[in-house]
Amino acid sequence: MGSSDVAILGVGMHPWGKWGRNFVEYGVKAARDALDDAGLAWTDVQFVAGGATIRNGYPGQVPAATFAQALGWSGAQVASSYGACATGAQAINTARTQILAGLCDVALVVGADTTPKGFFAPQGGERFDDPDWLRFRLLGATNPIYFGLYARRRMEAYGATELDFARARVKNGRHGLANPNARYKKAFTVEDVLASPMVSDPLRLLEICATSDGGAALVLSSMEFARRHTTDPARIAAVSTVTPEFPQTVIEMPNFSTDSAAGAQVPDTPFKDSIAKRAYEQAGLGPEDMNLAEVYDLSSALELDWYENIGLCKPGEAERLLNDGDTTIGGRIPVNPSGGLSCFGEAIPAQAIAQVCELTWQIRGQAEGRQVEGARAGVTANQGLFGHGSSVIVRR
Amino acid sequence: MSPQKSKKPAIEGWFDMDEKAPRLVGTRCAECSTVYFPAEKVFCRNPHCASSDLPEVRLSTRGRLWSFTNNCYPPPPPYVSPDPFEPYTVAAVELEAEKMVVLGQVAGAGVEDLEAGMEMELTLDTLFEDDENEYVMWKWRPAAA
Repeated sequence: MGSSDVAILGVGMHPWGKWGRNFVEYGVKAARDALDDAGLAWTDVQFVAGGATIRNGYPGQVPAATFAQALGWSGAQVASSYGACATGAQAINTARTQILAGLCDVALVVGADTTPKGFFAPQGGERFDDPDWLRFRLLGATNPIYFGLYARRRMEAYGATELDFARARVKNGRHGLANPNARYKKAFTVEDVLASPMVSDPLRLLEICATSDGGAALVLSSMEFARRHTTDPARIAAVSTVTPEFPQTVIEMPNFSTDSAAGAQVPDTPFKDSIAKRAYEQAGLGPEDMNLAEVYDLSSALELDWYENIGLCKPGEAERLLNDGDTTIGGRIPVNPSGGLSCFGEAIPAQAIAQVCELTWQIRGQAEGRQVEGARAGVTANQGLFGHGSSVIVRR
Repeated sequence: MSPQKSKKPAIEGWFDMDEKAPRLVGTRCAECSTVYFPAEKVFCRNPHCASSDLPEVRLSTRGRLWSFTNNCYPPPPPYVSPDPFEPYTVAAVELEAEKMVVLGQVAGAGVEDLEAGMEMELTLDTLFEDDENEYVMWKWRPAAA
């Protein structure tokens, strides 16, 4: 057992959907389910880490205290985190480090969101100093514009085809069919995907993740506390929250340009490769030790990039991995057995936490209808706007 | 388009408002030569450089197309969409001297006209207009031979 492991005693989720209710309700449901799963009472929780979203209607509600109040003020210590799509990993890491520092035994991590319909949009007003506002104003650069740039680049660099991208979507659709927390439980064919309207060429409507309401929670504890309550729990062996290294030479949301490499050496490891790499280093494990992965498939094509970024194959080999069935449940290294963002849509502060819930169910053998046989270790990968990496390794 | 409308940059100070010779306005670190666009005026962001001497520079006007895509649906505000909405194309162009990629909408070409690696050049074009003004942005277009 690694000295930096913490135990995952409980996991819980509120199903993803477009429920239109207050996010607190989703977070509380997820938290109560996680506490039940852990066999602990809310009042046993000493520390609450909440994942924040700054958009979508509730600035002023700070998540950790908001959830603590909804569960009933108990005097727990709290901390709220924000890292865009990587928010959940930041919250997990805050709780984990409190436990590893010996400052608490039991921590609750909660993230939940309520999203508007359509494209994510920046804050209102005239915000000429805000790159996120400016990219919409000056370029019309929505999130799918960036996804489209990456997808086209993959086609140009590696000969990926629209058919490959559609197959990734079809694979995830099948994976999510039996997942009770997934929003979309429908099996699409390649023809369905390719017949859906073009959004940002070459990506079509069915290949771009939706925005969803949902919530996810974890109850974490020290290994010592866990040994008194359970046997052989799933453990968090690593959390990576790295930033890029300068110069970051791949265009990233919400930027107008990459860093210039005219004055500094390009780093050996590109940002997206460095995210899981740091987690592997922490855990003393490598991609070859993983039995499954949950990656941030904001688009079908982006899922293929992640195969390479998390070391499942070499650059340019992701299409082969997909088409050989390696990343399908039953294959060598199933990716997104939950159905991924394809089937969930994005509930930003909950998403990195939901990835850990899925790995936990898989590793416990409780992922009914989507179980990866013999799963003992898995990795998550995710990336948040403004330079937030996110990767968590869960293992027995 | 009414001829009386005056032309204004969609954002002040990011490019020269010269339709015959448009240039992007950035900065270059006097110490390490890193180029910044949009301009970084205060501190060099190279972690190995402590310089705050960042004189203004004009960026190259030609580069190679790194990737491209389009938007087939009206984006939310603050983008100002014409009615009816017109899909637009966005290009990522790699500038050799600056060793960086700069985004821009594409003027006068759609995804079907583009191919990665082709040479693109900077141009100015209307982004949107209101009753008084025409707001101008830099855009990329396939380079003239």
